[in-house]
Amino acid sequence: MSTLVNGLITGIIFGFLLQKGRVVRYDKQMGALRLMDMTIVKFFFSAILTGMVGVAILHKLGIAKPLILPTNIGSNIIGGLMFGLGWSIIGYCPGTSLGALGEGRTDAFWGILGMLTGAALFAEIYPSLSRTVLLWGREGSITLPQIIGVNEWVVIVLFIMMGLGLFVFLEKKGL
Amino acid sequence: METTESRGWSPYLAGALTGVVISASAWIAGNYFGASTCFVRVSGFIQQLFSPEKVAGMDYFKWFGPKVDWQVMMVLGILIGAFISSKTDGSFKIKSVPDMWASRFGPSPVKRGVFAFIGGIILMAGARLAGGCPSGYGLGAMVQLAVSGLIVVVCFFAGGIIFGQIIYRGGDSR
Repeated sequence: MSTLVNGLITGIIFGFLLQKGRVVRYDKQMGALRLMDMTIVKFFFSAILTGMVGVAILHKLGIAKPLILPTNIGSNIIGGLMFGLGWSIIGYCPGTSLGALGEGRTDAFWGILGMLTGAALFAEIYPSLSRTVLLWGREGSITLPQIIGVNEWVVIVLFIMMGLGLFVFLEKKGL
Repeated sequence: METTESRGWSPYLAGALTGVVISASAWIAGNYFGASTCFVRVSGFIQQLFSPEKVAGMDYFKWFGPKVDWQVMMVLGILIGAFISSKTDGSFKIKSVPDMWASRFGPSPVKRGVFAFIGGIILMAGARLAGGCPSGYGLGAMVQLAVSGLIVVVCFFAGGIIFGQIIYRGGDSR
């Protein structure tokens, strides 16, 4: 199967699940940022925890290669917070904006145009950023088990315990 | 509110199944999830139609060139998958202003469109500065226990919650 067809099928299943989980719409995204409705948090961390176990097994068996995004502390933090500002205005993230458009939310279209514009602007200023912010705190492709110095399963079990704790808390609070 | 439409699936179930899809795509295609890089590629593709020389000379497009790859198709698939899901369970609805937005900022689709556009610019510039979005850092990097994933996901939510509280301060009619 070609890579492109595989990507399309993966996306269709992902989009189907995002929509079934009701996480693509503005009210759910903002509901989480306003700490009123944590549906997207439940979805997001359920996916991450399940994926952690699956991917760790695949890495262990050597049938999938790790691809670790590098840690650049300065740009990770500044860019992450800036994303949060934009997110609180648009109420969609890059992946879910396409899903929102798919379920008929036409305001997502203007958001997608904004995102394409933002990508273009970033490409314009990239040369100056690559000499400044992007050089702050470059730590390379490091993982949590590496820096703590423990087996990856210790970290995964800790994450699962914290995640389940969070889910129990959210259900108790009715969020 | 949503009493007339089906409530969908449990987010835990839909999320856990997504985790299975994440694992399957690492296995079958050797690809990890991400969504914001393809916005760079598509933006480069559009600019290339107007000034190919300029795009060819830009450093950032040397890293993330205008081409259709696995991720571009994946993100396109999200649109199709959400359409299929919503059309088949009756939750598809043409709507230009979200309810929560309308209750705070009014029913104008133009105002909503302008702010969605501005928010989109800021969000994507932030995502590219950080190196990715919730898909790439959450579903791609955190899944692999990357330090970057944890830092960025914490900042996404911290920023979103802080600014979300500020924007909605004063409350709405809910």
